[in-house]
Amino acid sequence: MPGADKETDLGERIEAFLAELKRGGRGSGETARSTAALLRRITAQARWSSAGDLMEIIRKEGRRMTAAQPSETTVGNMVRRVLKIIREEYARSRGSSEEADQQESLHKLLTSGGSSEENFRQHFAPLKANVIEAINELLTELEGTTDNIAMQALEHIHSNEVIMTIGRSRTVEAFLKDAARKRKFHVIVAECAPFCQGHEMATSLSEDGIETTVIPDAAIFAVMSRVNKVIIGTQTVLANGGLRAVNGTHTLALAAKHHSTPLIVCAPMFKLSPQVPGQNSLTCVNAHCPVFDYVPPELITLFISNIGGNAPSYIYRLMSELYHPEDHEL
Amino acid sequence: MADSEGRGQSKQTGSINHAADEGDGKLHEIARVKDEGKDLTKEEKQRLRKEKKQQKKGKKDDKGPTEKGTDKEKKVPPSTASQPVTQSPAQKAQSAVPVVASVPVSESTTPTDKPTKSKAELKAERRARQEAERASKQAKKEPGSQPASSKSKAPPNELQPAVKRLPEHIQVDDPAVVRKLAKKLERQQIPLRSDYGYKVSLFSHLHQYSRKAPLTQQISIPATVIHPSIVRLGLQYSQGIVAGSNARSVALLHAFKQVIQDYSTPPNEELPRDLVNKLKPYISFLNQCRPLSASMGNAIKYIKKEISNIPSQCKEEEAKKKLLLCIDNYVNEKITLAAKAISKCAIDKISDGDVILVYGCSSLVNHILCEAFEKQRKFRVIVVDSRPRLEGREALRRLVKRGIRCTYVLISAVSYILPEVSKVFLGAHALLANGYVMSRVGTSQIALVAKAYNVPVLVCCETYKFCERVQTDSFVSNELDDPDDLIVTREGKTQLADWQSVKSLGLLNLVYDVTPPDFVDLVITELGMIPCTSVPVVLRVKNVDQ
Repeated sequence: MPGADKETDLGERIEAFLAELKRGGRGSGETARSTAALLRRITAQARWSSAGDLMEIIRKEGRRMTAAQPSETTVGNMVRRVLKIIREEYARSRGSSEEADQQESLHKLLTSGGSSEENFRQHFAPLKANVIEAINELLTELEGTTDNIAMQALEHIHSNEVIMTIGRSRTVEAFLKDAARKRKFHVIVAECAPFCQGHEMATSLSEDGIETTVIPDAAIFAVMSRVNKVIIGTQTVLANGGLRAVNGTHTLALAAKHHSTPLIVCAPMFKLSPQVPGQNSLTCVNAHCPVFDYVPPELITLFISNIGGNAPSYIYRLMSELYHPEDHEL
Repeated sequence: MADSEGRGQSKQTGSINHAADEGDGKLHEIARVKDEGKDLTKEEKQRLRKEKKQQKKGKKDDKGPTEKGTDKEKKVPPSTASQPVTQSPAQKAQSAVPVVASVPVSESTTPTDKPTKSKAELKAERRARQEAERASKQAKKEPGSQPASSKSKAPPNELQPAVKRLPEHIQVDDPAVVRKLAKKLERQQIPLRSDYGYKVSLFSHLHQYSRKAPLTQQISIPATVIHPSIVRLGLQYSQGIVAGSNARSVALLHAFKQVIQDYSTPPNEELPRDLVNKLKPYISFLNQCRPLSASMGNAIKYIKKEISNIPSQCKEEEAKKKLLLCIDNYVNEKITLAAKAISKCAIDKISDGDVILVYGCSSLVNHILCEAFEKQRKFRVIVVDSRPRLEGREALRRLVKRGIRCTYVLISAVSYILPEVSKVFLGAHALLANGYVMSRVGTSQIALVAKAYNVPVLVCCETYKFCERVQTDSFVSNELDDPDDLIVTREGKTQLADWQSVKSLGLLNLVYDVTPPDFVDLVITELGMIPCTSVPVVLRVKNVDQ
């Protein structure tokens, strides 16, 4: 039966996706895109009759996916985005006014019990198409994030600057390369032992003609006094505006703070996660070689994302626009 | 600066003609030599020196150059002006003056182009005494000059303009200085080491050598100019076999002991002067192999002073024995006993249940921890290490051998483990006069993060590493290590294999950095526990003692 085939086919694809997640090694942008594509496929091929069913299915799959690779938070973020999309489309189909949903956030906080009356049980025929279309928009947005961030580069880098970065971030690489087309500046890359991803970053930047210097991690503070800006990528942006970033970033941030050097984080919006620091997502850390660092928001000057620049104090607001509070826990 | 004020005053003196008359004969000779493009040879210099001494004894009102001039010698030999007595004796206290016409004359009055500090100090004192005598005789005629002359007799104190010679190894971007060095090395028959690889622009004033091209490849075997133990030492330095401030100083002193033992005074020479001159090419050689550390600099100064202080009537065997004893005492006092005293102080600071963080491999800190462990203190150690030197592994090995519980992390994990640390113990390469701590690169980073977490930072340093230099950043005076060390090969692949071919890529391998004093809570020395800012006080006390 075609329905059953579709389902087994879907099941296989999900398994393949989980296996790939466990293997790791993909960049977060790619992971986000493939997660969104998979969710679109689930929406299209799974059997569901009402929005509530769909949300249940997606939540279930989402839990499996986040369990496969807890450190890859973009998967969970995409799931939450899709859940929010479903809620919105459902609400629109039901005809309830959009304004009512977008009340003042303070009011929403006080009356947060209200949405539990919704049980998403009504069936709407065009819901599927609408959701799929919305997910397509999401995919388009995901594809353009790096370019959107890179486009803002010239607003933040002037000529003859010395910029410091750590490890390897594709976003920062694109950012700097875009600025280098019009401006001349110098980049110092901290190599980020023990994996030394900084070496790759340096080779890639210098091939584009950017003056690059590789320094060992120990020299970060020593050279910081001559650095004009620190631009870094991150693995996750946390709900309080802090970062979960590669090992050594906290030291870099402290050194920048000491010299009053601005610290700029280039992170697309899909990295924004409703987690707060201290949650047990540090399960991949062993006592001697932590993979990630927590950087508190007071050390960060600016977030550059595909929707523009923001201060860390504004992150909570962006969060409420991307995710629904009930989806914070999958 | 002293130059300009001196220049202004020399114009007033009008003494140029006066001085030129006396030095006429010398002037011609020196002009001839200069024309030939050679510096004065040693014999000529000695001859000129002797002539000048006789002149001084003969003519009372022929004044030599002001004494402080010799201290201020730069590579481009400035000259000291001759000033007649009739001018204010206050000018005696002024520093040297480059005067256009009397350049040749004055050059004759400075016996060597490159006086060492100790010799200069002795000369300065001798000259000061001579001038004081002369001035007091004048003062009998001119009572007004009496107080001023006593001022000139005052020992060089803190208010003396501190114009020291700028070390060559931080002026690599100045071609004149490089040429001068090349000439000097040629004269001493020591090969010049060439820089390697692309230097980051911020550091173009420093040398950058490759470990694969040691200096010893360029000298013949057996070396005739350089003592074999010095050659061996130089190789050990440049290959990193002997590393660490204390180890290098002790190795240097032992090598010098060997040199002194094998030394024999040539005929017609005095041991003090000749031995010091013998040591100069060795020091240049070692400097080429690896720039001298502050502790080595202090040790060399001490030795030179001891050698110069040998009375001339002392017999050679006796003198050598005395010198060897001096060196042994120095090592014993300043390094071994100091380490014991520091351990005693530091162990008081270690309590049971402490978690102590150390960085890299400092012999002193390792010694303290081992002593504390033997005194039954219960603590555990976290060893922080950094690429590319990975010296922490050596420290780890030593501590684990004693049975101390250790954890090992890389420096990027410091902010992760610091919440569990109760104290940080750091070693130092040198303590600068403005309170900054110069140490292995990464130390300032650890101090920064420790400060952010409110963990006390204790620096352990012997007083012989205290240095009169001041520095506020890690750029102006540093050492660049072999950049190829940063290349890492993982599973047979390496990213930076041909970094030299990429024009805009540079690798920076710094050796030292400076930690500002507000990150350091305490410095433990053999004189006690002092704050970072008390370093100039200790230096002053030491200078007065000497």
